[in-house]
Amino acid sequence: MQISGAEILVRCLQEEGVEFLFGYPGGAVLEIYDAIFRQEKFKHVLVRHEQAAVHAADAYSRSSDKVGVALVTSGPGATNAVTGIATAYMDSIPMVVISGQVATPAIGLDAFQEVDMVGITRPCVKHNFLVKDVNDIAETIKKAFYIAKSGRPGPVVVDIPKDITQQRAEFHYPESVHIRSYVPATRGHPGQIKKAINLLLEAKRPYIYVGGGAVQGNAAAEVTELVKSLGLPCTNTLMGLGAYPGSDPQFLGMLGMHGTYEANMAMQYCDVLIAVGARFDDRVISVPSHFLSQPKKIIHIDVDPSSISKRVKVDVPIVGDVKHVLREMLDILRQSGQKPDAQHLAHWWKQIEEWRGHNSLLYTPSTELIKPQYVVEKLYEITGGKAIVASDVGQHQMWAAQYYKFDSPKQWLNSGGLGTMGFGLPAAMGAQLANPDATVACITGEGSIQMNIQELSTCKQYHTPVKIVALNNRYLGMVRQWQEFFYGTRYSESYMDALPDFVKVAEAYGHVGFKIENPSDVEPVLREAFGPALKERLVFLDFRTDQSENVFPMIQNGKGLDQMDLPPHMRDVQQVPFENNRDYGNMC
Amino acid sequence: MRHILSILLENEAGALSRVVGLFSARAYNIDSLTVSTTEDPTLSRMTIVTHGSDEVIEQITKQLNKLIEVVKVIDLNESEHIEREMMLIKVRATGKDREEMKRMADIFRGRIIDVTEKTYTIELTGTSDKLGAFIEAIDRAVILETVRTGASGIGRGERVLKI
Ligand SMILES: Cc1cc2nc3c(=O)[nH]c(=O)nc-3n(C[C@H](O)[C@H](O)[C@H](O)COP(=O)(O)OP(=O)(O)OC[C@H]3O[C@@H](n4cnc5c(N)ncnc54)[C@H](O)[C@@H]3O)c2cc1C
Ligand SMILES: Cc1ncc(C[n+]2csc(CCOP(=O)(O)OP(=O)(O)O)c2C)c(N)n1
Ligand SMILES: [Mg+2]
Repeated sequence: MQISGAEILVRCLQEEGVEFLFGYPGGAVLEIYDAIFRQEKFKHVLVRHEQAAVHAADAYSRSSDKVGVALVTSGPGATNAVTGIATAYMDSIPMVVISGQVATPAIGLDAFQEVDMVGITRPCVKHNFLVKDVNDIAETIKKAFYIAKSGRPGPVVVDIPKDITQQRAEFHYPESVHIRSYVPATRGHPGQIKKAINLLLEAKRPYIYVGGGAVQGNAAAEVTELVKSLGLPCTNTLMGLGAYPGSDPQFLGMLGMHGTYEANMAMQYCDVLIAVGARFDDRVISVPSHFLSQPKKIIHIDVDPSSISKRVKVDVPIVGDVKHVLREMLDILRQSGQKPDAQHLAHWWKQIEEWRGHNSLLYTPSTELIKPQYVVEKLYEITGGKAIVASDVGQHQMWAAQYYKFDSPKQWLNSGGLGTMGFGLPAAMGAQLANPDATVACITGEGSIQMNIQELSTCKQYHTPVKIVALNNRYLGMVRQWQEFFYGTRYSESYMDALPDFVKVAEAYGHVGFKIENPSDVEPVLREAFGPALKERLVFLDFRTDQSENVFPMIQNGKGLDQMDLPPHMRDVQQVPFENNRDYGNMC
Repeated sequence: MRHILSILLENEAGALSRVVGLFSARAYNIDSLTVSTTEDPTLSRMTIVTHGSDEVIEQITKQLNKLIEVVKVIDLNESEHIEREMMLIKVRATGKDREEMKRMADIFRGRIIDVTEKTYTIELTGTSDKLGAFIEAIDRAVILETVRTGASGIGRGERVLKI
């Protein structure tokens, strides 16, 4: 029996086990919306802005093992989706975005609501398709899901002209797809794996640096086993948080621009580094030449060959899926029973403990002003460290990353690569739908939240009781911090004037709001918000925080990992580290 | 260093723009690019002449391979290869220049493929260097128009690029 292209699309999504479709209707997708109306297998979530549909679908992926799907109309619907697509692309998040397109004969004629979606998104998708024949819909959708989630994951856009959704064809969903030009790696090269093991066993100062690839690749268990079995110190990137438990003593904290002192010093002074699904980002290692000025051997496991030796030349590249590669390493290690030299390791740990002893995340508590760090610490306590935390972009994001100790992967959702303000609320919403029983918090700033605040309405409609923890410093804080450090405190346009009354905003959307101005109220209000009485409600917590607080440590542009700006209590710490530092040449 | 990359890609709409887009987005150089279908109509073969450090060339190769529609990439510089480019050059050929142009075309093994009273159009094939040398060898003032295809390359001997 022949059915319409729109119906074929809907059947495909059902076949893929899609649970939620995040979208917004418009002319080019009316046929699809009609087919959605006539089915019951998946639920459509009507957002209030297409960007939010894409962030929600993205966070649905980030917080589950499934692939989030968004649907937008042509023209403005499609362009509104682009920020969300680029956000997912930069963080390698699997996602399928379906966009409507003007009818095939109208393409290229500057038709109403026509944009070249395939052209616009080409640089920020893993792949995209323009469907030109109704008979191709099913195979294209199958390919889209396959490409999105295999290899290095990423967003895939499928642009479907309106006439194609109206034409009719037989529906047949392929069981599998084969793309001759696309064969992602899985198993690593055995010779390289042996080399890596030998290097690790011979290391005096080994270190493991774990990124978003370990989260995406579901390799947290393997990472933990490797760290434990070899006694390694471990750090996670911003995207890797949760891949190794944040509360474990072998975890040195996040590294990078706002990483801990010990995590960054260890990165600079290790002698063998194993990078696991991490891409030596500029916010992580800063200046490659300075990073390499301390001799070290580098092992790099990544499924994408182009991530390897991109910014830093590595000694042992292993192209493969993290989970597979680590499994193989663990098997070999278990069979051989070998361990790194205990004495060297003890020596290395002694140095690390000394670094850690400075407590670089210490902040000055206050009884007058609410310290943002304190709010995150209390949030961690009150949620038992178990909440899914979505964040926006800015200082609050860094405090969330530093003070909430994520023990599980897929618990921390943030835009790292693109740094998209406005990600937080729609992401929290998507995560709540993917994890209906979880506690979901959105740590945000008064700047970021206003970039997608309209989603409070969507949250009301779909009963997503997320808890918004706004660290309201009345500043575009991260911008203000840079202006304080690098632009002589000239706070050009970083002040958030004319703020709305967020409590009233929350109430106007049918939610609950609190404004918290005293440090002594932080804990009780958090308890109430996360308590049983408000379990089913969205709660907006407007914390009026210390306006002048800065994020430390911080590595300024052009500086090395061991040249951090440290918090006030560490100002006299000489950043010359290792006891027998003769080996290390000139440090500063 | 100058490199010649040979690329086999799916003969699909949009594949070419992905390759070109990649080069501009990542600030890689394209000195020349040629593309056409192969004996297998589902495949196109592209030759890109580029230059860059070894690290950059390595990244270019990896990034090209990452494109879903790219089937295979080889760097022809890695072993012996043959390179050819064709140029059509229209020159003024009057008076004593007419004899001279004919002589130069012969020396460079070019063929005169169109003749008018005042002009010759010469077809010349060879390495890009050779075509450059021809342009250098004749009087700039007589050149009316040049069109070059960009280099195509192929491995020597038994080496083939196929799927
Ligand atoms: C305000 C702000 C401040 C920031 N400060 C910091 C900071 O202090 N520290 C920090 O770390 N980051 C920071 N970032 C984030 C930074 O910009 C990068 O997004 C981040 O460091 C990249 O993380 P990653 O290296 O883990 O790579 P990801 O972007 O997560 O990439 C994952 C890598 O793993 C690979 N991969 C994916 N799946 C697999 C698999 N199955 N098997 C093998 N490999 C796989 C991919 O190919 C890729 O190379 C900041 C961002 C913002 C917005
Ligand atoms: C869409 C977008 N625009 C601009 C920026 C640049 N930017 C980064 S952080 C920041 C300030 C964020 O302010 P707020 O949400 O209040 O967070 P705070 O830093 O104060 O915690 C800005 C403007 C960005 N990351 N994203
Ligand atoms: Mg702020």
